[in-house]
Amino acid sequence: MTDISQAQPSITHDWSSSTARRRVRRRYGADRRLQLYGLAAIGTAMALLGILFTSLIYAGYAAFTTTKVELGVFLDPEKIDKDNIRAANFRKIVRDAFFSYFPEVQNRTEKRNLSKILSSGADYIVRDYVVRNPDKIGELVKISVPVSDPFDQLYKGIIPREIDALSYDRIALYRQLESRGVLSVVDGVGVAKTTLFVDPAQVPEEGGVEAADFQRMIDEGFRSFFLAEPSRSFYEILSRNAAETLRNKVVADPSLVGKTIEINLPLSSNYDNLLQKGEAKIRNPRFRSDKEFAWFDSLIQRGLISTPFTWELFFNADSRFPELAGLAGALSGSFLALLVCFLLSFPIGIATATYLEEFAPKNRITDLIEVNINNLAAVPSVVFGLLGLALFLNTFGMPRSAPLVGGMVLALMTLPTIIVATRAALKSVPPSIREAALGVGASKHQVMLHHVLPLAMPGILTGTIIGLAQALGETAPLLLIGMNAFIPSVDNVGLTQPAMALPTQIFSWADSPERGFVSRTSAAILVLLGFLVLMNLLAVYLRRRFEKKW
Amino acid sequence: MVKGSLTMDQQVVSPETTTTRSVVEDPKITSGDVSVFYGAKQALFDVNLDIPRYAVTSLIGPSGCGKSTYLRCINRMNDTIPIARVTGEIKIDDQDIYDPDLDVVELRARVGMVFQKPNPFPKSIFENVAYGPRIHGLAKGKTDLEELVTTSLERAGLWDEVKDRINEPGTGLSGGQQQRLCIARAIATKPDIILMDEPCSALDPIATAKVEELMMELREKYTIVIVTHSMAQAQRVSQKTAFFHIGYMVEYGDTKQIFEDPQDKRTQDYIFGRFG
Amino acid sequence: MLSYLLLALLAVTIAAYFAGYSKARAFATGASDGSQHSLSGYHGAYVAAWAGIPSFLLVLLWLLFQGPVVDSLLVSSLPPDRVEGLDVGQLNLLVSEIKSVAKGNIFSEPDAVVLAAAERYNAWNAIANWAMVACALALAVGALFIARSKLAPRFRARNQVERITSALMIVCSLIAIFTTIGIVVSLLYETLRFFSMVSPLQFFFGLNWEPQIAMREDQVTSGGAFGAIPVYVGTLLIAFIAMLVATPIGLFSAVYLTEYASDGVRAVVKPLLEILAGIPTVVYGFFAVLTVAPAMRQFGELLGFSIAPNSALAAGAVMGIMLIPFISSLSDDALAAVPQSLRDGSYGLGATKGETITKVLLPAALPGIMGGILLAVSRAIGETMIVVMAAGIIAALTLNPFEPVTTVTVQIVTLLIGDTEFDNPKTLAAFALGLVLFLVTLCLNVIALSIVRKYREQYD
Repeated sequence: MTDISQAQPSITHDWSSSTARRRVRRRYGADRRLQLYGLAAIGTAMALLGILFTSLIYAGYAAFTTTKVELGVFLDPEKIDKDNIRAANFRKIVRDAFFSYFPEVQNRTEKRNLSKILSSGADYIVRDYVVRNPDKIGELVKISVPVSDPFDQLYKGIIPREIDALSYDRIALYRQLESRGVLSVVDGVGVAKTTLFVDPAQVPEEGGVEAADFQRMIDEGFRSFFLAEPSRSFYEILSRNAAETLRNKVVADPSLVGKTIEINLPLSSNYDNLLQKGEAKIRNPRFRSDKEFAWFDSLIQRGLISTPFTWELFFNADSRFPELAGLAGALSGSFLALLVCFLLSFPIGIATATYLEEFAPKNRITDLIEVNINNLAAVPSVVFGLLGLALFLNTFGMPRSAPLVGGMVLALMTLPTIIVATRAALKSVPPSIREAALGVGASKHQVMLHHVLPLAMPGILTGTIIGLAQALGETAPLLLIGMNAFIPSVDNVGLTQPAMALPTQIFSWADSPERGFVSRTSAAILVLLGFLVLMNLLAVYLRRRFEKKW
Repeated sequence: MVKGSLTMDQQVVSPETTTTRSVVEDPKITSGDVSVFYGAKQALFDVNLDIPRYAVTSLIGPSGCGKSTYLRCINRMNDTIPIARVTGEIKIDDQDIYDPDLDVVELRARVGMVFQKPNPFPKSIFENVAYGPRIHGLAKGKTDLEELVTTSLERAGLWDEVKDRINEPGTGLSGGQQQRLCIARAIATKPDIILMDEPCSALDPIATAKVEELMMELREKYTIVIVTHSMAQAQRVSQKTAFFHIGYMVEYGDTKQIFEDPQDKRTQDYIFGRFG
Repeated sequence: MLSYLLLALLAVTIAAYFAGYSKARAFATGASDGSQHSLSGYHGAYVAAWAGIPSFLLVLLWLLFQGPVVDSLLVSSLPPDRVEGLDVGQLNLLVSEIKSVAKGNIFSEPDAVVLAAAERYNAWNAIANWAMVACALALAVGALFIARSKLAPRFRARNQVERITSALMIVCSLIAIFTTIGIVVSLLYETLRFFSMVSPLQFFFGLNWEPQIAMREDQVTSGGAFGAIPVYVGTLLIAFIAMLVATPIGLFSAVYLTEYASDGVRAVVKPLLEILAGIPTVVYGFFAVLTVAPAMRQFGELLGFSIAPNSALAAGAVMGIMLIPFISSLSDDALAAVPQSLRDGSYGLGATKGETITKVLLPAALPGIMGGILLAVSRAIGETMIVVMAAGIIAALTLNPFEPVTTVTVQIVTLLIGDTEFDNPKTLAAFALGLVLFLVTLCLNVIALSIVRKYREQYD
């Protein structure tokens, strides 16, 4: 260090030095990295949103069409009594009409299998048709009825005719064998060249070689192919005849007992297919025989199959059969619950907000009310369900599963949203309007009723619609008060009648094991999201249309 | 500094003295020791003021002097502020307006008010004027109401300008027209007193002239109290003038006398532009 | 019957309005102008309010108390030899049998006592219903005439009506308080009943949660079947995974949106995030089952380890997706609240945007962000549908995210779906869990809101 530099420390920094430049570059690098993290985060969120919608649409679009088969049904006046249509045996009428397409099928079992192509609801569809059109009795009418779920899914290409016979694990075992080079095709049969010890201990004293436990020897030898102890599934690789092959060889040459031998053991059919054809397929277990495919194909060829839009999704009630299940019950239940929710929460919310914002003195009680409202907004929804169950159902003895109770619980949850929105809307009305009205001698109530509330109404309505949209998607509290009851008819709709709601319907369909309910559930979700989008668009429209700048 | 503190002293000596040289006979409004508190803060100190009927009385003074506060006591608009408290006595035609039995709503119908910024309701011109008569039940039937609206608009000098668009929104009028609409609205409730809180401060000179002209016409039928920043306006329109200063009513008298021969030092300073 | 009564009351109310209105019109035309205090409509409304509101309240209270009163009458009227030695559950069973017989649902041959009681029950209910109709209508009509007789030209009907409106508004405001009280009381009541059957010590510290087994009489209080620790651990594990997903994505999104993004990007991304926030949780639950869990399972298979189809990871990850917009918007608010002067100060020193964000903005906004994260944790703990659909039901004490775990909300829903009997510890356990859930989320919310409020005041 020189004296000068110590005596006169530089007060400016040398920004052009290489260290300084490197430092600046590094700092900009850090800046860009942060920006990249942000972009990545937004990209992830957007991608997840995209995946969510894509998977719902992908799984759900199929449910908007139904595969139907056209039947020519002769409404025989001898079988259908005009005065008591419902008593007729429509099951037989529909089946006979369907069987007439396949005169060659006479066997009872086959007929039963054939009838499985039709939906179980086909009888009721024809019956309802006749009830609506009694004048058609005696005529030959063409009616399209849905096919059963497996064929619906098959026709839409959602499920295949054949599926892989072997799981991923099993194919992995097979690949281990393949990599050891022991697999080959001998005389058209896939075999595994196995080294095994013909264990004298397995040859019983009585019965001799014939009665030896050859399966055991094979298992012992075959197991040695695998490094780790594999699961039991490795037994399935070899054919059941493998022991027979070994027995034949040893019986033919008993001297082999006590020796280690090499032998080609036949593979079981799935693995044989995998070796010789490159894939192993079996018929999809949802279908009973290959004949069903032939019948269905012939229906297609004859042009009897069509896929119209599924109006039933909106007009049918719930059903155990996915091809028949509709949302009519859920839609009416949700509508009634939301109506109750609106009728309760809208006036109560406005009254509360108006009182707190315009009339209430500042004191402990109003503070307590405010704290409570803020709090209720954050209470988990399931707790409101507990409240509804314990208070409304258990203490007050109100009916279970009823839209009335559902609406009441939802109203309690919607209240904070409406109150907050109303207060904001009231605040945005300028004080000059209030003064003007007070100045001509309006009372405070008249000022509110005649001037402030009408001016705040667009804001209040916007908040209310958003609150109702949240309530429409709310599930857990409705589950607890039983609004997930299975209700297969929409004849009995009422505030105190058991009902479903749209989200609980989604929940119960999602829980159903039938494959067809996956697309029904997705379709129901798309319907629910459609309603939510509509409600939000309405809210946005109201805000845009009536928004006033003061 | 010394001089400054001297003038301060001079001012502080007589804050509570009020110079009133003219005694009003048969006043419309009398006030006795009116004080107003906003919470713990006192905004108006013991104001005594008698306001004559069928005349325009101006309240003048620098910002924050309490003139608007006093004005809002006359129709009890201060009631709408939760922390405001009024003591003392205000009588209109010898009736105490702070009497607990008196209905404030009826009072406000009798005492119309026009505000600083024109504040028509966002409704049609007709509805703006008809609102007061409707809530007070002043018109019997539709034709009666229409007549009342027409006469109110005529008295406010607005009828000819708006008669063809009576159903269009009042907020679509120009600023001066809006303010005259507000005056028509106040007239429609058939008041005897009209309070105006700086009615022309948001208007251009031409609109101001029209409103002033209107005030002079209205004087014949109504008692008018006006708060104004403009001393010229006070001189032009009013017969009586009261000067307010930091919460005190300092001097009250005929307008001519206040402006030409003010008695109080503070009035002189304000009128002759030494502070403001 | 009830709907007819309500319609009748509505009719009386409307009639009352016109009764008051016409009387007031009579003064108005008779008297000189201005002498009538209030508009005739207010006179009408005054009479209508008195006719309608008290009678409606009477019907409401009657409906609330008729059931319990008739039930207790029914129980006390049963022959003593029949009720002797019955515990609460058996008594309830008897009562519900009588009720179903009374409704006409006779499945097997009921005994004479039940039949007689059912007849009494029907008769009493009929009497009570008719008495309600009579009382309510009498009250409505009586109030109508009394209120109408009060009308006079100087009667302050408007002030009276406004007083009634104010009272109604106050009652509406109190509903928020009543709701909270209702939640606390109903949860506490059932929880205390639960603790009379199962020791609180077991509930809070037990390691074994098998409520379904406890349905058997001999196991009600044995073996710590109501030890909720595994349930709490599962809840926290899923919430932790959710926060692990949501916090970085939400926070970095907010940073980018407030500090880097152009207006165009913001205009597109913000509504999309709002869509994410508006999706009902049942949809997220189905998404977890349909897409996320199978995808994770396949991914695990590729890497050679097994992930359960209802693993904590799948449920937590989807819950995290749900929370992204929540954290993002709260962080957004917190960052936007940092005054411009702090940014200017940092830029003035030559700091890059990144340095300003990490060294100035984030530390300044930290309390607000922490408050937002706490609110999100509270949401994660209370979230129900995602976990009900995507997480497990068996309470396993594990921290392995690939295993299925259960949560408080899952247990509440599973225990209460289907028929519920309020004398069974299985049902009551759900309320005990509900109380714990309510208290924990309440604490989190209070802390979070106070942090956020303090933070806002700091910069206001």
